[in-house]
Amino acid sequence: MEQFRINPSKGLEFGIYTLGDHLPNPATGERISAKQRLDEIIELAKLADEAGIDFFSVGESHQEYFTTQAHSVVLSAIAQATEKIKIASSSTIISTLDPVRVYEDFATIDLISGGRAEIIAGRASRVGNFELLGYDLHDYEELYEEKFDLLLKINKEEVVNWSGKYRAPLRDAKVLPRPLNGSMPIWRAVGGHPTSAVKAGYAGVPIFLASLGGPVSIFKRTIDAYRDALTQAGHDPARFPVATAGFFYLAETTQQAQRDTYPSVNEGMQLTNGRGFPKQHFAQGASPRDVMNIGSPQEVIEKILYQHEMYGHQRYIAQMDFGGIPFEKLRKNIELIGKEVLPAIRKYTAKQEGQQ
Amino acid sequence: MKVVFLSGSIVGSKTKTAISYAMNKLAEAYPDTEAELLDLAEYEIQFSDGRNYLDYSGDTKYVTETLMNADAIVIGTPIFQASIPGTLKNIFDLLPVNAFRDKVVSMIITAGSAKHYLIAEQQLKPILAYMKAQIVQTYVFIEEIDFHRKEIVNDDVIFRVNRLVEDTMVLAETYQKIREAQEASYDF
Repeated sequence: MEQFRINPSKGLEFGIYTLGDHLPNPATGERISAKQRLDEIIELAKLADEAGIDFFSVGESHQEYFTTQAHSVVLSAIAQATEKIKIASSSTIISTLDPVRVYEDFATIDLISGGRAEIIAGRASRVGNFELLGYDLHDYEELYEEKFDLLLKINKEEVVNWSGKYRAPLRDAKVLPRPLNGSMPIWRAVGGHPTSAVKAGYAGVPIFLASLGGPVSIFKRTIDAYRDALTQAGHDPARFPVATAGFFYLAETTQQAQRDTYPSVNEGMQLTNGRGFPKQHFAQGASPRDVMNIGSPQEVIEKILYQHEMYGHQRYIAQMDFGGIPFEKLRKNIELIGKEVLPAIRKYTAKQEGQQ
Repeated sequence: MKVVFLSGSIVGSKTKTAISYAMNKLAEAYPDTEAELLDLAEYEIQFSDGRNYLDYSGDTKYVTETLMNADAIVIGTPIFQASIPGTLKNIFDLLPVNAFRDKVVSMIITAGSAKHYLIAEQQLKPILAYMKAQIVQTYVFIEEIDFHRKEIVNDDVIFRVNRLVEDTMVLAETYQKIREAQEASYDF
């Protein structure tokens, strides 16, 4: 766990992530400027840091309705604006980037931030980046696997010798600068289907599992499959952290939380993904056995603890800004997280002294 | 209410004739309803490669977006080799999982042989059900002999298509009301 900068005795880590979406507020139909959105993302990271939240990450999407395409640049600004919080991508679309440049960027962010940077590498669910950046969609799978392998290799080896299909070979190449402590945590972003998690298990790489809606028990299957694959490949599952990511929002009551978020989630998904979020499914999200952490602080705390009991995961990251949620509501959420959620989660998941 | 009429083949004229008749009937009986014809023979559509439908361009994007924005879809299709044509299956493959959620879908089948009558029942309906369509259970099955020079010449077929159009609209309007009542009950 140490090589991924996770200290299990401190209990479940709590983080915030944004995809960097730039969507209208459904209540007003108005959309803030790209500049304001970026300012607010950086401000959100600052508030999260001040509230004692463990982690903050920013996604990369090359589509309309997004604004953090240059996510490493945004993270660099966040590195400067914050002090303690871990910062990462969620995720970096490694398939259509050069792993050498990605590593240079994130190692630099690691130095600027004093050793707080991590990379989560994914494959993209929308594929606008392939055309925009000049890649062939037919290579979707192979581009990701090859470039992700190279990224891991650069992290492990100071002098790299490598050749592959989608990039010029590297001969005794030094990829500089190096991160503060020589290497950085690199995670594999995993969608709902277990296949990708199994690949991460074979490779001995930690996973970030996206879980937007549905029963906890279904996502547990993916995590179990991941740990089985680790074991099969000769890795010790106890050494590899698991992180989950999903919708989060706090209000006085679950009903109020649903009222505040449903239009954003539904209309935001419609615009970015071409399908809305069915209201019936969203209503079921209130169940204590569903992954959606939208509700009153007490209910959400209990859900997160239930998820922890089921998954035995090391980090949960919350998406609460999707679909044009006004910044004042985000600020209020951060406050509640700091005052109510973090103390409760730490109290119940941190190892007591003397405990194994 | 937006109704899309999809002619699912690029071969021949019978499906287009039948689906065009249905669309004219809708315009006559429900003049305030927005209707659009998608005749696949008029579009260059690529094979599905698994991407999100919003990431296609040109005709492929236009056709998939038009279908996704419909409240009701009347699918017209011939039967080839005891199945639906590949052009129609490709449209289904281009669309996302659960693409027909909250949509009413009805079917008009044209075929050269009465032996094909159960193909829609056994092959098309399961696809529509998987994609979460509210299916108009009774479909119209039209044979070669019912057409003459690009017109339907069998009054029985004409009556059946008229009923199908009416059933499609009644179900679409009813499901819309059911959905509104259901969604209002959640109180968020």
